[in-house]
Amino acid sequence: MSGRADALELLSTMLRIRRFEERCVELYSAGAIRGFLHLCVGEEAVAAGVLSALAPDDAVVSTYREHGHALARGMPMESLLAEMFGRATGCSRGRGGSMHLFDAGRRFYGGNAIVAGGIPVAVGLALADRLRARPRVTACLFGDGAVAEGEFHESLNLAALWHLPVVFCCENNRYAMGTALARSHAETDLALRAGSYGVRSWAVDGMDAVAVHEATALAVDTARAGGGPCFLELRTYRFRAHSMYDADRYRDRAEIEAWRARDPVEVLAGSLTADGLLDEAARKELEEAVGREIDEAVCAAEAAPLEPVEDLTRFVTTIYPEVGT
Amino acid sequence: MNLTAEPRTLTFREALREGLREALAGDERVFLMGEDVGRYGGCFAVSQGLLEEFGEERVRDTPLSESAFVGAGIGAALGGTLPIVEIMTVNFAMLALDQIVNNAATLRHMSGGQLNVPLVVRIPTGPGRQLAAQHSHTLEGWFAHVPGLRVMAPATLEDARGMLAAALADPDPVLVFEQIGLYGVRGELAAPAGPVGLDRAAVRRPGSDVTVVAYGGTLAPALEAAAELASGGVSAEVVDLRTLRPLDTATVIGSVARTHRLVVVDNAWRTGGPGAEVVARVAEEALDELDAPVERIGAVEVPIPYARQLEEAALPSVGRVVEAARRAVG
Repeated sequence: MSGRADALELLSTMLRIRRFEERCVELYSAGAIRGFLHLCVGEEAVAAGVLSALAPDDAVVSTYREHGHALARGMPMESLLAEMFGRATGCSRGRGGSMHLFDAGRRFYGGNAIVAGGIPVAVGLALADRLRARPRVTACLFGDGAVAEGEFHESLNLAALWHLPVVFCCENNRYAMGTALARSHAETDLALRAGSYGVRSWAVDGMDAVAVHEATALAVDTARAGGGPCFLELRTYRFRAHSMYDADRYRDRAEIEAWRARDPVEVLAGSLTADGLLDEAARKELEEAVGREIDEAVCAAEAAPLEPVEDLTRFVTTIYPEVGT
Repeated sequence: MNLTAEPRTLTFREALREGLREALAGDERVFLMGEDVGRYGGCFAVSQGLLEEFGEERVRDTPLSESAFVGAGIGAALGGTLPIVEIMTVNFAMLALDQIVNNAATLRHMSGGQLNVPLVVRIPTGPGRQLAAQHSHTLEGWFAHVPGLRVMAPATLEDARGMLAAALADPDPVLVFEQIGLYGVRGELAAPAGPVGLDRAAVRRPGSDVTVVAYGGTLAPALEAAAELASGGVSAEVVDLRTLRPLDTATVIGSVARTHRLVVVDNAWRTGGPGAEVVARVAEEALDELDAPVERIGAVEVPIPYARQLEEAALPSVGRVVEAARRAVG
């Protein structure tokens, strides 16, 4: 992928995510969003690069830091904001909030807030495709923290053993909440460890959206063609704290600044500009379009009715036996 | 399937296997996976012969990775198949608690009704075989605590044969707790055997003096106690809960309204066990019906010990049920 349209599309996706997350900070400060809020500012190249490499009927399993993944998958901003506002038009009808965004139609299977908890589910989605002989792939996104969990290791082994079409996308932002990679992993080369299960693995610059897209496309093609699971270590960084509750006392300011200098939005914008594919007017136009999209989504979400309390016990089980619970 | 009207003699194990075979043969979306379910034939030989009959794609041996293969069952259910996952025994189910409690039980609700998880998890369970604390757990009550799950405990041949089809027809996750001690028990099954309803408790023996509520591994001792009580002139009604969630309170209360005395017996520790929930519901909804204090029989609150005499002393017994019923009747 090196065409202007595709790279511009990646830039547009990243900008939509960046500005959306920034608006979420304001909305959180204003009290419109509550609960946990984990932002992906700085990690937009992963969301844009990975999701753009998938086909519409591929599946996505994500984590609690998933706004970017959801937007890059095509979920409307309004359905995310309405969810965080507890509205009836929220993608999960107010049951999930920021950490549990779902869109069955787009095969976006959440928003899992237990670290590594979504990984076995992704293996199962791929198993179903295999059993039903469907040429689909499941992309499973998780953080570096998940690599310390047993579910990660069990799942990689199972996917490799059964040769299932899963693309494991490790969004390595170097911190499991406040614990640095080297403080929780004896071996910090995550691709090396994944490779020990017989999974084709490689590390990618997660600040470069084009590189992420190309690596993911290769992994997806491999998995779809029957080559078994692949593992991508996408080396990235979150510019903001872990969550809105995090005072971020465990990172050096200099380290944050060094990574900010590699801002994935500005890196791609700069490269497009250098190639003569993006000028100031086009950038301004893009920013304005994104701003309008967010404004409209916020307005629509705010205007939507609250999910009614009368419906509290809906969606627990399908069958409502007269014997009660 | 035997289509004659003659009753047949078979074991619980065979009844369960028939249910599995019928499910696999009847719907290509159904598959079975778990530790040693294939080549070994199942730890308790329930799935013996199914690998040969249905092949490795549909009868899948898994690594010892409870969280991964239960989670994979959840994902496969989301992906349009109908997985039957066997966890070798409930003692290992703790290693899959995250998947069962955080995913299977929650996904429908957290997704605002967009998803459902038509997963069946078979979980052999039950103490009484001198296997010591780590292999003698009774924990179905933990799972029955969780909204979003259905928890079943077949105690009769008919249920062993028919519950699986009903469980597979449920669009939501179902946990089936199979009593290891019952696998070899032989009995008569009316033929043809079809699916059974899941929602209602069953009165297994009618009576008028005292209600004995049991399920799974305690139904047989409860029935034995009722027979002994009858010889002493006490008429005990035995209710088999069959399903712990959703709990059929109405059938229990209907029985208590006839007998006015209640004994609840399960193999779990009494503190916070399934029996406690039954008693609480009767106290809430039918306290006036009770003519005597409720009797609650469960395991003594110790990790279940190895030595025969210690284990026997720790678990409910026919004698304890008889004594409790006699106390209740007064």
